[in-house]
Amino acid sequence: MVNIGSLWQYLALHSTLSGDSTNTNNTANNLAKMGLAAYTLPALPYAYDALEPHISAQIMELHHARHHQAYVTNLNKALESHVAAVAAGDVAAQIALQQVVKFNGGGHINHSLFWKNLAPAGSEDASVAQAKGLVAEIEKTWGSFDGFKTAFSAALMGIQGSGWGWLVKEAGNGAGLRIVTTKDQDPVVGGDVPVFGVDMWEHAYYLQYLNGKAAYVENIWNVINWRTAEERFAGRSEEKTEL
Amino acid sequence: MSSTLLRTVPALRGALRASGAPKAAGAMASTSFVRGKATLPDLPYDYGALEPHISGKIMELHHAKHHQTYVNGLNSALQTIGEAESKGDFTKAATVAPLLNFHGGGHINHSLFWENLAPASGEGGGEPDGALKKAIDSDFGSFDTFRAQMNTALAGIQGSGWAWLVKDKAAGTLGLVTRANQDPVSGPYVPLLGIDAWEHAYYLQYENRKAEYFDAIWNVVNWKTVAGRFEKT
Ligand SMILES: [Fe+2]
Ligand SMILES: [Fe+2]
Repeated sequence: MVNIGSLWQYLALHSTLSGDSTNTNNTANNLAKMGLAAYTLPALPYAYDALEPHISAQIMELHHARHHQAYVTNLNKALESHVAAVAAGDVAAQIALQQVVKFNGGGHINHSLFWKNLAPAGSEDASVAQAKGLVAEIEKTWGSFDGFKTAFSAALMGIQGSGWGWLVKEAGNGAGLRIVTTKDQDPVVGGDVPVFGVDMWEHAYYLQYLNGKAAYVENIWNVINWRTAEERFAGRSEEKTEL
Repeated sequence: MSSTLLRTVPALRGALRASGAPKAAGAMASTSFVRGKATLPDLPYDYGALEPHISGKIMELHHAKHHQTYVNGLNSALQTIGEAESKGDFTKAATVAPLLNFHGGGHINHSLFWENLAPASGEGGGEPDGALKKAIDSDFGSFDTFRAQMNTALAGIQGSGWAWLVKDKAAGTLGLVTRANQDPVSGPYVPLLGIDAWEHAYYLQYENRKAEYFDAIWNVVNWKTVAGRFEKT
């Protein structure tokens, strides 16, 4: 969850900026002066071609090195601009930047979660046997594992435009599992824990599957990292789901 | 919504004929409603005709697969609504509304899009003249300013969507709007020129470099079509 409110409060305390922001290094320097570390692109936990043949190396490289990088770069730029807008007392600019932060911050969080909840097909991590607790809860909720897969796939196919499908563990004690979709780069919010997510933007599959997104949805099941999913479900994951 | 669609599409058919589609017989048959069914309109040019700005492969997939899917989805939504209506099941009919909006919008938007493009060797590219040019100069300052604003609007779309040059029906003035996903332009606005900013519109050729697509597409804008829409309203 992007906790935008507290981020704004924090940023409001820092008001001086120097230099221009025409390149990434200056952005990082300016953020550093305010005691903020610039966000950085996380390394993939596997090689670009590791998810072949289900997701091509070309897709993975563009998706990680270009798309995800753009979200990180634009998030840092927006944070820097926001500080400048606070310093200048420009409220309109601050409001406009909130949407930019939400979009790019969401893109950064979503993709970071996505890379980790994928694993090479046939690997130990990609085996459902790694997720005994999660699978038991899935069977309780959807009647069978196949029933869940059908429901999740249908949710993915039903997304109109760009977005994501998520299996989440609902916030609160004894809360159950739920399938949610989020549009564009909206992150999962409200304290729900993302167990795994699937990117349904066209850039996630188009070079390989073209308009055949049903085949992408079918094949994504071969590369879900069930060990990661189990860790998130059990609350053992240390991953950040907030900015 | 459904009655709006039924009125809109025959109007498109007229525009297609007026633009001199070579496959006249097929175009007439394929763009008309057969017992209220939407059908895929023929392109007024070949799939490869917009190269090098938009590849033939993109055009073929975009028209024959993506647009066809919207046509199918629209017909299926209309059928579901019709069946629900005949049973008096208005709850069921209402739940189909988002699908009708999405697929109906997809059909309308793409039908307008194909017509407001043309090969760079033919009607495509250049700048508008006459009354449309005057209106653009007066409402945007200049053609270059308009184009820059449209490109900024396109680049600012977060996710899938469209940017449109529109005419305000009441005021008669021009403006820019963006629409998410396949939401059609409606209300006080008449769509004059639409640019598809979905990734499927450019990804096979431009990959993540969408700004290059937004620059290139001006080479294939059919200003004659845009001017026709402007003058008709
Ligand atoms: Fe993505
Ligand atoms: Fe499209």
